[in-house]
Amino acid sequence: MTHHEHHHGPAAESAGGIEPASGPEPGAAREQAGAAEPGSGPEQGAVPEPALAEAAKPAPAPASAARPKLAVWKFASCDGCQLSLLNCEDELLSIAGAVHIAYFPEATRAVVEGPYDLSLVEGSITTPEDMRRIHEIRAQSGTLVTIGACATAGGIQALRNWADVDEFRSIVYAHPEYLSTLDTSTPIASHVDVDYELRGCPVDKRQLIEVLAAYLNGRKPRIPTYSVCVECKRKGNICVPVANGTPCLGPVTQAGCGALCPTYGRGCYGCFGPQDTTNTASLTTQLVELGMADADIVRVYRTFNAGAPEFEAAGNAVEAGGAR
Amino acid sequence: MTHTLKDGGQVLNVGMLARVEGEGGMHIEIKDRKVVDVQLNIFEPPRFYEGFLRGRHYTEPPDITARICGICPVAYQSASTEAMEVICGVQTTDAIQTMRRLLYCGEWIESHALHIFMLHAPDFLGYDSVLEMAETHGDVVQMALRLKKCGNDLMDTVGGRAIHPVNVRVGGFYRMPALADLMALRPELERGLEDALAAVQLVSTFDFPDMEQDYTYVSLRHPDYYPLERGAEVVASSGVRFPVAEMPLHVEEFHVAHSNALHARFDGEPFFVGPLARYTLNFDQLSPRCQEAALSAGLTETCRNPFKSIIVRTVELAYAFEEALRIIDGWTDGHAPSVPTWPRAGEGVGASEAPRGTIWHRYRVNEAGIIEDAQIVPPTSQNQSSIEMDLRTAAEQWVDLDDHALTHRCEAAIRNYDPCISCATHFLDLRVKRS
Repeated sequence: MTHHEHHHGPAAESAGGIEPASGPEPGAAREQAGAAEPGSGPEQGAVPEPALAEAAKPAPAPASAARPKLAVWKFASCDGCQLSLLNCEDELLSIAGAVHIAYFPEATRAVVEGPYDLSLVEGSITTPEDMRRIHEIRAQSGTLVTIGACATAGGIQALRNWADVDEFRSIVYAHPEYLSTLDTSTPIASHVDVDYELRGCPVDKRQLIEVLAAYLNGRKPRIPTYSVCVECKRKGNICVPVANGTPCLGPVTQAGCGALCPTYGRGCYGCFGPQDTTNTASLTTQLVELGMADADIVRVYRTFNAGAPEFEAAGNAVEAGGAR
Repeated sequence: MTHTLKDGGQVLNVGMLARVEGEGGMHIEIKDRKVVDVQLNIFEPPRFYEGFLRGRHYTEPPDITARICGICPVAYQSASTEAMEVICGVQTTDAIQTMRRLLYCGEWIESHALHIFMLHAPDFLGYDSVLEMAETHGDVVQMALRLKKCGNDLMDTVGGRAIHPVNVRVGGFYRMPALADLMALRPELERGLEDALAAVQLVSTFDFPDMEQDYTYVSLRHPDYYPLERGAEVVASSGVRFPVAEMPLHVEEFHVAHSNALHARFDGEPFFVGPLARYTLNFDQLSPRCQEAALSAGLTETCRNPFKSIIVRTVELAYAFEEALRIIDGWTDGHAPSVPTWPRAGEGVGASEAPRGTIWHRYRVNEAGIIEDAQIVPPTSQNQSSIEMDLRTAAEQWVDLDDHALTHRCEAAIRNYDPCISCATHFLDLRVKRS
């Protein structure tokens, strides 16, 4: 398999919850943003305050004053996370009043030149051109927030990281030579500094609104980092692995969906990626006890957040024969 | 932005076609007022679903293939579950099929409302976006957001989530929604039906370019219903009809250099899937109320003007509301959510009508339930040749317009298809070259 370089931030405990992501190339493409937001970079290994907290610098802008310029960018993905913004039917017009939607091709032909105060980035990096483009976007963006499992962990298309992409190419395409694509699908934070990562496949629109509101009000987003199990308990759900023997990634998965899958009587499949202080080894033991074969356990870890370091390591460990 | 080339020709570069799902480009070359080349360039990077589905379990495609598209995940879930049920040799119950149809109504409402009002209507009203429209057409925008929300609420209730529903499995659902939860949606769905019928009249007042195309229309057909979550057979305007299982015998995919999405031919020819095809081949299956709305909006039983697809889509929007209400009114609690399935070696095809056209999946599975081969054919792939044909016609018909106006017209011609480029590759950059 091809092991991609993945530089996630330390599993930092920040008071607000979600850990700020770090970039692998300290200072890369941060000149402009850095100048605008002193101290927001995660360099020096220090735990940075989330940039969103500082980003709204001269305080939240009233709608009448200069509204912050918002741009929405897309890389390899399904459009679902940016659709979440359009799915805020009750809030969309308020959002459009609070920020200046300067670049959002899915919604508008109008293009306002950068720089942009806030960039939302969906999708993962899978082509040489996109590796270049993300640096340009970083340079034009004050605060850069990645949205969704593709942007924060490489997405389902990161399954190529364990395969021979040439073979994939020839399975799908008659003329593989027409394509220019990388052997890996990597998260945005593997290429540039990221100020905030919002998880989910797709993101939860309430969390998306929370991130926008936090940005506009100059505070940290209140995004939980505890596991799906907490959400299940709050909802009064019956624990599906305990009661029914259903395999469930809830104990190692970050909350955010409202424990949807267990509520529907099925096991969590890990849309929101690994929880803060996760214990995948213990979960693997549980999955074995539930009677799952190694190959099945590997596939459970390798879905929409297959490239998240904890899930990647867990799947690899089982594949290497470490499940029992 | 217009560039003059060294040879005196002109290249007009719009950067990216907006208000479509995904990223692609367009290249039109005009010499001596003749269109010499038209290319739809889909450069959205490939994601290789068909590659990595190999080796996965037969129960996984509903969750995995949903991720091909955030706008029409149910289309992927429906086609993949059907294909797997064919392979397993299981029959689902009427209640399960009815609930699938209700979930699909939610997707049609959400996707059609998004496309009609937020992506397409601004072309006809002369705006760049629905947000600009809100300043002068506040009532329309408020209605559009309400309609779209109805679709999302329906998907939330039946599917557990509007984007990538979690409640769909091979064999049915994990849990049947409770009648009380469905009934709670009823008032808004009733209002939505009235709004959608009014919207049919509203969009029919738009100024439609005069353009008729001789398409080969292809659609699913069902003896009892307007095709949606499935069909009994495939029908074409050429008169050909055959069972869904034979789709791979009639549709041939091929790869061209200028697109990361495969092109396709139907019996060797370009073809057209989507609302216009569904409507023209299944007008008789629409409800009397929707037929009447269509005819009073100036449509006939066939429609060959691609720009009028916005009217047809709005008729389908009303139909989806009507169907949702009909299903909810006939629903009772107590149905089993799924039938048991077990793996069996074999090959199977499943098809459904995504809002933007017929989608079909073909899988081959071994006796352990592991997928050995997967083929996923989304509507935008199948429509690429028709899109290029429309662009050629549009560019020829309006060659005397200035670059700005011609570009706008060509963009609208692409948006007629509600192309889902994420689906097709799984951005559009319009370039007109004149010399």
